[in-house]
Amino acid sequence: MPVPARFILHETIRNLYFHVPMWFTMILLFSISVVNSIMYLNKQDEKYDVRQSEYINAGLLFAVCGLLTGMLWARYTWGAWWVFTDPKLNGAAILCLEYFAYVILRGSITDERTKAKVSSVYNIFAAASIIPLIFIIPRLTDSLHPGNGGNPAFSSYDLDNHMRMVFYPAVIGWMSLGLWIAYIRIRIKNLENKILENN
Amino acid sequence: MKIKYLKTIKYLFLFLITTAWSLAVSAQSEATTSGQPEMADALRSNGKIYVVVTALVIIFIGIVIYLLALNAKLTRLEKLLKDSGK
Repeated sequence: MPVPARFILHETIRNLYFHVPMWFTMILLFSISVVNSIMYLNKQDEKYDVRQSEYINAGLLFAVCGLLTGMLWARYTWGAWWVFTDPKLNGAAILCLEYFAYVILRGSITDERTKAKVSSVYNIFAAASIIPLIFIIPRLTDSLHPGNGGNPAFSSYDLDNHMRMVFYPAVIGWMSLGLWIAYIRIRIKNLENKILENN
Repeated sequence: MKIKYLKTIKYLFLFLITTAWSLAVSAQSEATTSGQPEMADALRSNGKIYVVVTALVIIFIGIVIYLLALNAKLTRLEKLLKDSGK
């Protein structure tokens, strides 16, 4: 598939097929997780707790891959591994720290029911903070990322039709991989709980 | 049996790293000077295509490390199951 030729970007424009779907997948997994958090608070059923934590654990893989590929891409186009004034980069970093904190928070509580409740509530707050951190603030100010500073992304200027033909299937593929990983983790966790119960 | 698998994974890992390395090195020797301010390092050669390759390698290594962690988790579970059966 041909890609539009651009200065500075050159062939790295193809990173769009890998770097961007990482974040889309992460957002999908974290969104499913927060739905399960709400379900847990409603029903107090342990299965929702298993789901919320494992969707986050799977999403973190994509967050880390997204950060690392983004840093590499930034180094060879913007000239630095990290641009400290860019709101989108800092927002993404804060978001990653929030979800690592979620994992640590869960690990630090031993009582199962308290753990499930506290992490559900924390997860809802963390999910709510995603929206301003990576969707609103970068659009209000300005970011090196395309589509920020007022313009929505994926306008006809940002993405041409040949790229769409690769990009959308890539997004679906990476999302399916993420859902699959999360599903495997949930099954392992359920198995572990069952074994521990029998002991 | 288990050790055998681990060995295979180790070799696969080593193979991938060396392949990525040799790719990067061969790209470096092919880089031509065209009088532009771009430096002749590997990742900027051939229209920066190796940035994309490196991004893919990062994602691949990320997934492999993740799978190894999952593998360790499952091994621990199997041990637990074996111990509880006694």
